[in-house]
Amino acid sequence: MSQLESPALAAAPAAGRESFVRMRQIVKRFGGVVAVNHVDLDLYAGECVGVLGHNGAGKTVLIKVLSGVYVPDEGTIEVHGKPMNFRTPHDAQAAGIETIHQSLALADNLDGPGNLFLGRELLTPWRTLDSRRMEYEARNVIKRLNPNFQNILDPVLRMSGGQRQSVAIARALYFNARILIMDEPCAALGPAETRMVLETIKRLKEQGIGIFLISHEMHDVFEVCDRATVMKNGSVVGMVRMQDVTPDEVLQMIIQGKRPVQAA
Amino acid sequence: MLSGLLARLRLDPRLTSMIAALIVIAIALNLMTGGLFLSAENLYNLSIQTCVIAVMACGMVYVIVARQIDLSVGSLLAFSGMAAAWVQTRAFPPDSTLGWIASIGVALAIGAAVGALQGALVAQMRIPAFIVTLAGYLMFRGAAFLVSDGQTLAPLHPTYQALGGGVDGAIGVVPSIVLGLLASVWVGWHAWTARRDQRRYGIEPAPVWVDALKIALMCAAIAGFVWVMCLAPDFTNVDAAGNPRGRGIGVPVLILLVIVIFMTFVAQRTRYGRYVFAYGGNPEAALLSGLPTTWLVWSLFILTGVLAAIAAVITTARLGSGANSIGQLAELYVISAAVIGGTSFAGGTGSVPGAVLGALLIQTLDNGMVLLDVSSPMRQIFIGIVLIVSVWFDVVYQKRP
Repeated sequence: MSQLESPALAAAPAAGRESFVRMRQIVKRFGGVVAVNHVDLDLYAGECVGVLGHNGAGKTVLIKVLSGVYVPDEGTIEVHGKPMNFRTPHDAQAAGIETIHQSLALADNLDGPGNLFLGRELLTPWRTLDSRRMEYEARNVIKRLNPNFQNILDPVLRMSGGQRQSVAIARALYFNARILIMDEPCAALGPAETRMVLETIKRLKEQGIGIFLISHEMHDVFEVCDRATVMKNGSVVGMVRMQDVTPDEVLQMIIQGKRPVQAA
Repeated sequence: MLSGLLARLRLDPRLTSMIAALIVIAIALNLMTGGLFLSAENLYNLSIQTCVIAVMACGMVYVIVARQIDLSVGSLLAFSGMAAAWVQTRAFPPDSTLGWIASIGVALAIGAAVGALQGALVAQMRIPAFIVTLAGYLMFRGAAFLVSDGQTLAPLHPTYQALGGGVDGAIGVVPSIVLGLLASVWVGWHAWTARRDQRRYGIEPAPVWVDALKIALMCAAIAGFVWVMCLAPDFTNVDAAGNPRGRGIGVPVLILLVIVIFMTFVAQRTRYGRYVFAYGGNPEAALLSGLPTTWLVWSLFILTGVLAAIAAVITTARLGSGANSIGQLAELYVISAAVIGGTSFAGGTGSVPGAVLGALLIQTLDNGMVLLDVSSPMRQIFIGIVLIVSVWFDVVYQKRP
C-alpha cells in the first residue's frame, strides 16, 4: 500500500466495478461531541462492506448520515457518481438506499404489509390506502425471503425475531434498493434465523446489490463481507480486505484503534 | 366456545363484549326503573346526551393512540360555546340567520386556532401535552368566563337550537326511515365489495352465512334504532287528532354519525390515519420511515379543538343559552369513553366506534342512575369504578395469548 493513500480508501475492489457510494470527509457533531470525524467510505456494486467498531465508535451515526436521518455538518456523498444532499430518509430512499435499522424501525401495532409500506403506502385512485394490493405485494416479497412465513397480517408484535427481520428486509427489497444498509441485523436472532439473514445477504450480493453491514459478530462479518472498515472514536482506523486478515487482527484494530503491521 | 364463534364470525371481541354489556345493563336498568329506561322517549334523550362526549371522544382516540393527551377539551368547549353565544346575542341582532351561521364559524375557528396553538407548543416547542393542555384546561375556563363576565347569554336562534336535538331537533319519521334504508343498503354493498376484492387477490372470503348473519344483525340494529327514534313522541308537533308525531333521529346524532364515519374512514383507509397509529406504535420507527411526525402531532390538537367546538355548538344549542360552566369534567368523561372503548395509553391501539360505545356506556349508566334518583356524587363514584373495571378487564384480556 502506498504511503500517500488514505487508509480508508485502501483495499478497493478490482477496478471496473461500478461505484455505488462515495462518502468523503464526513463530519457529524452533536454539540461538542464529534460523533463522526472526517470519514471516507466507498461501496461498489455487488460487495458487502462491514462497518466495525465498539459501541459509540460512530458506526450508527455514519450510517444514519447515509440514510438521510442525520444531515452531515461537513463532507460529500456521491451515489452512483452523482453528488447527493440528503435532508430526510425519503431523499435517501429516492436515491435507492434502503436501511434496516438496528431497532428494525417497525411499528409493533401494524401488520406486515403496514410496516413494509410505511411512509410509501400504495394508494387507490381515490387516494385511499390500497390494503389488499399491499397485502398481495407483501406476500410476494416475503415469500421469496421466508417461504414458511404465512401470518403476515398479524401485528408485528406477535411475530418471531426472524419474521420481524423478514418484514424489515422485505421493506428494503420491495422498493428495488441497489444499496442496502443493515445495522446489526442478526443481533437478536437465533442460529437458524441468523443463517437465513446471511444467506439472504449472499443472494443479494449475487444480484449486484451493494451492502453495508454493521456487526459485532466477527464470524458473520468474515462469512459475508468482502471488505470492512474499522472505526474508533468517530474516526476510521483502517479499511481491510477480509481475505488479507484474520479475525484476531480485526479485533485488535477495533480494540487498540491501530492497524496491525501485516494487514496492509 | 364463545370466542371460537366470535372468531368465525370475524367480530371484534372488544366491541362485541361492550355491546353485550350494554344490553345487560339496559335490561337491568329497565327492570329497576319499571320500564322507564327503555321507553322511546328516554332512549331518544340518551341518544342526544351521548353525542357531546362521543363527538370529542372520536378525536381523543387519535390523540391517545399517538401517545398524547388533551385535558383542555372541556374548557375549550365552554370557551368556544360562549364565543358562539356571544356572536348570536351581542354581535348580531336577535333572530338573525347570518348570526347563528357566523356563530358556528367563529366557534369552529376558535377551536381550530386554540388547537393549533396547543399543538405547536407540543410538537414544535416539545412541551409535554399533559402540561400544555393542563394549562389550557385552566386558561380556557377563565376565557369562557371573560367572554361575558360570567353572565349567561340567551336566547339563541331557534334554528340553531334545533342542532341540540330539542324542539324541532329531529329529522322526522319519513327521513329517518329513508336514512335507515340507505344505511342498510350501504352495509350490504360494503360486505359485497369486500368479498369481491378478497377473491380478486386470491383470499378465501368468509362463508356466505357468516356475512349474511352479520348483515342481518347490522340491519336489525339499524331498523331497531330508527324504529325507537320514530316512536319517541314529539309533544310540540301534533297531528290533527292531537296525538304527538314521532321525532325520528336527532340532529346531534346525525352530526355524530357523520363524524364517526369520517374518523373511522380516516383511521382505516388514509395515510394520515395509518401514520397516527404508526407513530403511536413506535415514534422512532415513524421518524426513521420519514413520516412527518411534527405535523402529525400538531394536527391532532387541531382535530380535538375543532371537535370540542362542534360539541360546544351541540351543548349550547341544547341548552338554548351559553353559560361558562358548560363542559365541566367533560375532558375526564371523554378520556374515560376512549379508554373504556379500548384505547390504550401505551399508544398504537384504539378505535373510534369503541370510544362511541364507551361514551354510550357512561351515558347509559348516568341516565339510568338519574332515573333511579341516585345523587350526583354517587354517580361520579360509580362511573369511576366502571372505568377501573373496564381497564382491569382489558389487562386480564390482554394477558391471554
